[in-house]
Amino acid sequence: MIASLRKRASGGRVDSVQFFGAARLVIVAGKGGVGKTTVTAVLAHAAAGAGLRVLAVELEGKPVLNDLLAGTPVEVLTITAPEALADYLDTHGLQRVSKRLATSGIIDVVATAAPGIDDIVVLGKLKQLERSNAYDLIVVDGPAAGHAITFLLAARGLLDTVRGGPIHTQAQEVLEMFQDPARCQVLLVTLPETTPINELIETAYSVEERVGVQLGPVIVNGVDLGEPITVTRNDHSPLTADPNLLAAAEYRNHRRQCQRNELNRLSADLALSQIVLPQLAVAGLTPADISVLSESLMQQIAQLPS
Amino acid sequence: MNATQLSALDIVLRDAEIIVSCGSGGVGKTTAAAAIAMHAAALGKRVVVVTIDPARRLADALGLADGLSNEPMRVHLDLGPHAQAFGELWAMMLDPATTFDGLVRQYAETPERAERILANAFYHNIAGALSGTQEYMAAEKLYQLHRDHRFDLVVVDTPPTRNALDFLDAPATLTRFINHRLFRLLMLPARKGLKVLNVAAQPVLRSIGKVVGGDVLADAIAFFQAFEGMETGFRDRADAVSELLHSSITHYVLVASARHDTVEEARYFAARLADSKLSVAAVIVNRLQPRFGDATAEQALAAAATAQSAGDNDLAGLWRNLAELRALADAEEGVIAPLIADTGDTAIHRVPLLADDVHDLGGLREIAGHLFKVWPSGG
Repeated sequence: MIASLRKRASGGRVDSVQFFGAARLVIVAGKGGVGKTTVTAVLAHAAAGAGLRVLAVELEGKPVLNDLLAGTPVEVLTITAPEALADYLDTHGLQRVSKRLATSGIIDVVATAAPGIDDIVVLGKLKQLERSNAYDLIVVDGPAAGHAITFLLAARGLLDTVRGGPIHTQAQEVLEMFQDPARCQVLLVTLPETTPINELIETAYSVEERVGVQLGPVIVNGVDLGEPITVTRNDHSPLTADPNLLAAAEYRNHRRQCQRNELNRLSADLALSQIVLPQLAVAGLTPADISVLSESLMQQIAQLPS
Repeated sequence: MNATQLSALDIVLRDAEIIVSCGSGGVGKTTAAAAIAMHAAALGKRVVVVTIDPARRLADALGLADGLSNEPMRVHLDLGPHAQAFGELWAMMLDPATTFDGLVRQYAETPERAERILANAFYHNIAGALSGTQEYMAAEKLYQLHRDHRFDLVVVDTPPTRNALDFLDAPATLTRFINHRLFRLLMLPARKGLKVLNVAAQPVLRSIGKVVGGDVLADAIAFFQAFEGMETGFRDRADAVSELLHSSITHYVLVASARHDTVEEARYFAARLADSKLSVAAVIVNRLQPRFGDATAEQALAAAATAQSAGDNDLAGLWRNLAELRALADAEEGVIAPLIADTGDTAIHRVPLLADDVHDLGGLREIAGHLFKVWPSGG
């Protein structure tokens, strides 16, 4: 089901088990405000619905996945860099270091000495979970804003700066996981608008070229679906004299056309399948909304080219 | 014109010498900063707008195809038919590392010492990656521009992170780092004339060396040896910057969109400002659904049902569309309600979702039209 950026795949159809079984670890990435957390919840919800053992992971910000996934069998975990580092050192026979780092709060200092060390311990923890066989799918709500690329590049960067020791080994193992499409893939999320689509295309090329990780389908969030609204009679006279009604219809038609144009441009510029999640009439999401979006996702998975 | 006719942002432009725009990424913060700066220039001010966003969105919004540099560049735009001739618009993109280099050169005891620091790998990590450095350098640049006689007004677009207001604690940021116990330890060899190797034999450092590797540790030690003696200069400057940020000529504008996360982020910034005894001068809520008249969603749905039963499917479609748009608009009002409760209704500026993305002059003017009541025509 995964299309490379360079060649468009074609052929049969995929089912949800194939879709979610493509890689055990899925990192959801995209700029702030595009709905990464929503997409993470929707993927987890859908995969659990397909009978998979699912873990959803939050890395930063206020934890919300527990609320969004209430009533599903999805497990939710928050991973922070300081905890992951302490955990890592403990399990590698470096309890004494771990204790010192924790007691004197040196994590900031260590992270400055070797940037990316905070990211690599988080990635290392994800790798450990991926290896554990406890879950069929691990969905990660990736870091916000422009941090996604830095986060994914941490492993490669550290291989050069830290030339030995446990962190070096960790970086190497994370890189191996990234380069194996059966173990890990990145799903990019965007909105159907000019700037977010431009940024997504840029990110997609960076991720593939600089990180070497497999990209899954692009997820376009908040798409206003629907046919054009008729504003004139068959004889071309306006349907109504109410200017507000006409303006509202023309506005909606124009927005939808803009979105379609952006989706077409995305298809033309990036050879990845697209999944579109519909715009809902609620600005604040609830578990019920996640359920609706999850249904829409499942329908589209059935339509994806394999 | 009396005060009730002014928008909160009109008052900001009247009183501020520095405007700081804060908010999460993707809410139109950069575009808002550009629209404010353009309007101020049209009113006759000499304005410089600083962006930090590496996506160069400001350059796009201002129609600067070649992008921006770390030095202010004059932007020649048509600021409207009534624009004051003496107004000027300048733009620049903050390069935190270059700004930091400038500070090191300024405060190093000798040029040789400055070069030693600038060449050090650990310094590069601080300048490029230490959390808070970007915010601190934004504050430093703002201070420089405010003292620059070419400008009457500085508009700053903060980084799209939770730490965007870290520069309010600018004096603390770097000095806390420098005074960290570990660094005092690292500086010991210079003071006692011991060799670096002996320091590395200390248990704490040996432990850290195990994790990050010996080379990394050696770089860090070399950096702190070279940096010694510069702390005072850095601290005094940071104090001056902080004082400016807390003064009455600096106004803070929050930018949000009608989503729970961006509203919560804006409320978080408002609380942080309050902690520092600062207040929110204005709030911009971007990308709101337009309302198209006064009919409620229920009334529109009822009208749709009436049209449907009269056999007019197309007319029913028009009403249903209005009902859907109105339901979205109502949901959005519900989302921004807590923010309005925090900051007061008069601070709020609503900007509707424009039919097209804003990436040109016309779009910026359209946004300014929703923010200001005072226009250069004098009306």
